[in-house]
Amino acid sequence: MSSARPSRRAPATASSGLVLLVATRKGAWLWHGDSRRKTWRVDGPHFLGHVVSQLALDPRDGRTLLAAVKTGHLGPTIFRSTDFGRRWTEASKPPAFANAPGLPARAVDHSFWLTPGHPSQPGRWYAGTSPQGLFRSDDGGDTWLPLASVNDSASFRPWMGTQQDGTPDGPKLHSVIVDPRDPDHLMFGMSGGGVHESFDGGARWHTLIGGLEVVDGLDPAEVSFHDPHCIRQCPSRPDRYYQQNHCGIYRLDRTGDPAADRWQRIGRRMPKRVGDSGFPMVVHPHDADCAWVFPMDSQTVWPRTAIGGKPAAYMTRNGGRSWQRLDQGLPAEQAWWTVKRQAMTCDSRPTPALYLGTTSGEVWIGHDEGARWKPLARHLPEVYAVDVAERA
Amino acid sequence: MNVLVPGALHHYTRRSPVQAEGATLGELFDDLERQFPGLAFRVVDERRQLRPNMRVFVSGLGVRDLAHPLRPDDEVALVLALSGG
Repeated sequence: MSSARPSRRAPATASSGLVLLVATRKGAWLWHGDSRRKTWRVDGPHFLGHVVSQLALDPRDGRTLLAAVKTGHLGPTIFRSTDFGRRWTEASKPPAFANAPGLPARAVDHSFWLTPGHPSQPGRWYAGTSPQGLFRSDDGGDTWLPLASVNDSASFRPWMGTQQDGTPDGPKLHSVIVDPRDPDHLMFGMSGGGVHESFDGGARWHTLIGGLEVVDGLDPAEVSFHDPHCIRQCPSRPDRYYQQNHCGIYRLDRTGDPAADRWQRIGRRMPKRVGDSGFPMVVHPHDADCAWVFPMDSQTVWPRTAIGGKPAAYMTRNGGRSWQRLDQGLPAEQAWWTVKRQAMTCDSRPTPALYLGTTSGEVWIGHDEGARWKPLARHLPEVYAVDVAERA
Repeated sequence: MNVLVPGALHHYTRRSPVQAEGATLGELFDDLERQFPGLAFRVVDERRQLRPNMRVFVSGLGVRDLAHPLRPDDEVALVLALSGG
């Protein structure tokens, strides 16, 4: 294990505190935290009764909030606020598929993943949807245009499969990543459909699945068999990525030649009784050797609950060579929940805290990089996504 | 013609019923969209199909085909399909 820890940098911009953004099956809540992360003031619910897939704060201005919303009956839309939810304005043109000649028509069921664009492109946002689609806005989320290079591609469509090929709540395009060094360098994952990368702003794409495993008996050369769950780029070393996949935990260190890049399954170093199945992946903001996962039970019917009813995060400090269990403060038994792929995150403080939302409607804060867990909220609906940001 | 609007859509219309016109159900939704921008897409998807959990009744008859003809004296009801959870 590495004994030298990289220096921790404080946030570059002034902040009035943290805001925790919690998206749930029946609404959204904000928690405003003081600078010491000790006192939290709740604000919500927003969109009570609506299915909120994600709330995202634009780090470029520290005040523009986007919410991906639908109801059980009504179609999907995006709402925007510039005053932390006092007022919301609906997108005038939410994500919607275009007609693709020669391909079966599709309809967006919900926007699933929101990613703000590069700092050099104010107003630029990306959205990943279910069924899988990639959309872009250049006006702060008011109007959204489909990326035909993905949505209407005869190559992509077979990889995406159909609605019946996806998970019970629909196949998803997720983990949209914009390289902080280059606004044209994009990456995303598809739950069923693999990992894809572009170096020209999304005009052309290539797969990035070398080294990834698929379910026993299936051919790893077939892109549609690949099921990445969550991909993250390390802010402190952008040539390093971590991925939680259906088939384990991986790390990728770029070689400079995408054809030669191969994911390494670092999850094999997890304790055998725990395994390396799960959904969220969180990377340390200042230390590219450090990442966190939240394993879940994937035996038999994939219960998707805490293993043995004993929830725990696991952390590596050496790029996956070893893993440490972090469960102090979490329930010791009979806690049959888990954490969805977007529902675990960390802040960017020198010693980050982790934040997670559970399928049972709780929000937890893990102080000191997850060493000490404390409950922040209970009795919420099922938590779909948790984001944390510095308020301007 | 009268169009009954469920509470979930009052964010757009502020009231129910509203008045709208159209020779077909599809034209009716076009008129509703003109009057209340954003409403149609919450009910009709980009393939011009009624969303799965929405129901439309035209003078008491359940209809899903947007080409369904409308008479000036028809009453149209937009309804959320009964479901739980």
